[in-house]
Amino acid sequence: MLDEFFLRALAAGIGVALVAAPLGCFVVWRRLAYFGDTLSHAALLGVALALLIEIDVTLGVFAVAGLVALAMLGLQRRGGLSSDAVLGLLAHSTLAVGLVALAFMTWVRVDLLGFLFGDILAVSWTQVGVIYAGGAVVLAVLIRIWRPLFAATVSRELAQAEGLNPGRVEILFMLLIAAVVAIALKLVGALLVTALLIIPAATVRRLAATPEQMALFAAGAGALSVTLGLFGSLAWDAPSGPSIVVAAFALFLASLIPMGVGAARRRERAAAGGGATGGGE
Amino acid sequence: MTNAPALAPTDPPRPGDARIADAPSDDAPSPHAGGRPSAAAEAAPLLRLTGAGLQRGGRWLVRGVDLTVARGEIVTLIGPNGSGKSTTAKLALGVLKPDEGAAGLTSGVRVGYVPQRLHIEWTTPLTVARLMRLTGPLDDRAVRAALERVGVAHLAAASVQALSGGEFQRALLARAIARKPDLLVLDEPVQGVDFTGELALYELIAGLRDELDCGILLISHDLHVVMAATDRVVCLNGHICCEGTPHAVAESPAYRELFGRRAASALAVYEHAHDHTHLLDGRVRFADGSIAESCGHDHGAAPAHPARANPAGADRTADGDA
Repeated sequence: MLDEFFLRALAAGIGVALVAAPLGCFVVWRRLAYFGDTLSHAALLGVALALLIEIDVTLGVFAVAGLVALAMLGLQRRGGLSSDAVLGLLAHSTLAVGLVALAFMTWVRVDLLGFLFGDILAVSWTQVGVIYAGGAVVLAVLIRIWRPLFAATVSRELAQAEGLNPGRVEILFMLLIAAVVAIALKLVGALLVTALLIIPAATVRRLAATPEQMALFAAGAGALSVTLGLFGSLAWDAPSGPSIVVAAFALFLASLIPMGVGAARRRERAAAGGGATGGGE
Repeated sequence: MTNAPALAPTDPPRPGDARIADAPSDDAPSPHAGGRPSAAAEAAPLLRLTGAGLQRGGRWLVRGVDLTVARGEIVTLIGPNGSGKSTTAKLALGVLKPDEGAAGLTSGVRVGYVPQRLHIEWTTPLTVARLMRLTGPLDDRAVRAALERVGVAHLAAASVQALSGGEFQRALLARAIARKPDLLVLDEPVQGVDFTGELALYELIAGLRDELDCGILLISHDLHVVMAATDRVVCLNGHICCEGTPHAVAESPAYRELFGRRAASALAVYEHAHDHTHLLDGRVRFADGSIAESCGHDHGAAPAHPARANPAGADRTADGDA
């Protein structure tokens, strides 16, 4: 019989995965993996600020991640700066500032490991409610901007020339990622949030023919990763956040197998064919 | 050569036409060689550039460009690499904002755009059918009709990454026309297409003007073949150096100065009543790709085929055969 804390964790994890994975498809298509990493690192600064001015942590993380996202969007549009250097600079600076700030705040007791690696087993039903409410808003916005966002992902100038508004949907997209980072932080932690965004998307790429299929499959793969990871962590008494990511990675590796077998078969056939035409050595 | 473009001059100006507010309403006759005030351009144009310029890093990529395209008109932009052809098209489309002058579409104009470069990464799953619906919803019939029109209906379910260069260009063209646009902007639409396919595509494009009753802005990297169906050729080199009918541009001193005498002699005007093209070296290439010394009939007046009138062309023939 499953304990209630485990059911809460399962509900929360699946809720986050269903939102993060479709959004993560865009992170993969737009080559923003490192960008997502930067946002989640900056989340720790949000945690520190929220505790300092005594507001809700999720809100604080969303605010800081959203600001960092918009700042990076601005830098990217202006051009001239090597974006991976800027991302690296921001990611680790904000993480370090957040860690130092938390260390100085001796009057608050925080579970630092919980923020870095997640503490999904400690979520309350209220937090589960926040995840589903926030997730529903994120998904609703994503569905609304889906076509122009995808068009701008394929070709920004084409989308603009044909009357869509790429600038506006890109800003909304950045804010959606910030929101997912904020609601996922509690589950897998600042260091592993990006995994929930990109691994399920990468896992299902081969199975999908259209972007919509890929988003749906990714949501499924994400939910499966959470389920397998949590049961695994229960069975082997492993840390829950990392277990979810390990499960996602295992699914990704499994997705490579059919391709590998196919390639091996083709190689065999080619070798056999080559032998036959060569007169049989 | 059709000098009378199929146009719709009775269209009343739409209320949104004020979007290009500072554009002069009277079209002064073009000061450029071979220029002619186009009747079509005087009716409400689909796009207008007025003294448009764009600079990057202190350098003007294009400057002082005046251009209009009206419904029923085909305008071809030619020019050397880096002459600002794509920049001009992007200014017209509103993708780039001019640093001086004014540029843009007339509001309410529906655009079908084939960009010069479009790379779709493997990470992005995309079938041809989904590509067709990239910027707006379409019903299956419209998708099928557009794909059939360009001859790639059998590829509807194929992944775009699996297409050859020519197939991909056709799919992009199908996508642009499926929207039933008022204006087609085609930036080097025949790239990656072999010579036979190129001629077929040019014929297709010429036909689209009447089918869709649209204006077409065509950018051509290929100086050798300019469609005879083009109403105006605009020769660009950071600024407009000459414009006019294809034959007038080929004859214009500014064009010859820009591209040199040999290149100038190579501006063969592709007439689709003919099945061959005059090459740089004076020989003749037929639509099926075969090459012969002459096209076997008399072209009469030299201006129609400058290659034959040019002694340099004759020299090249001798060199080529040596």
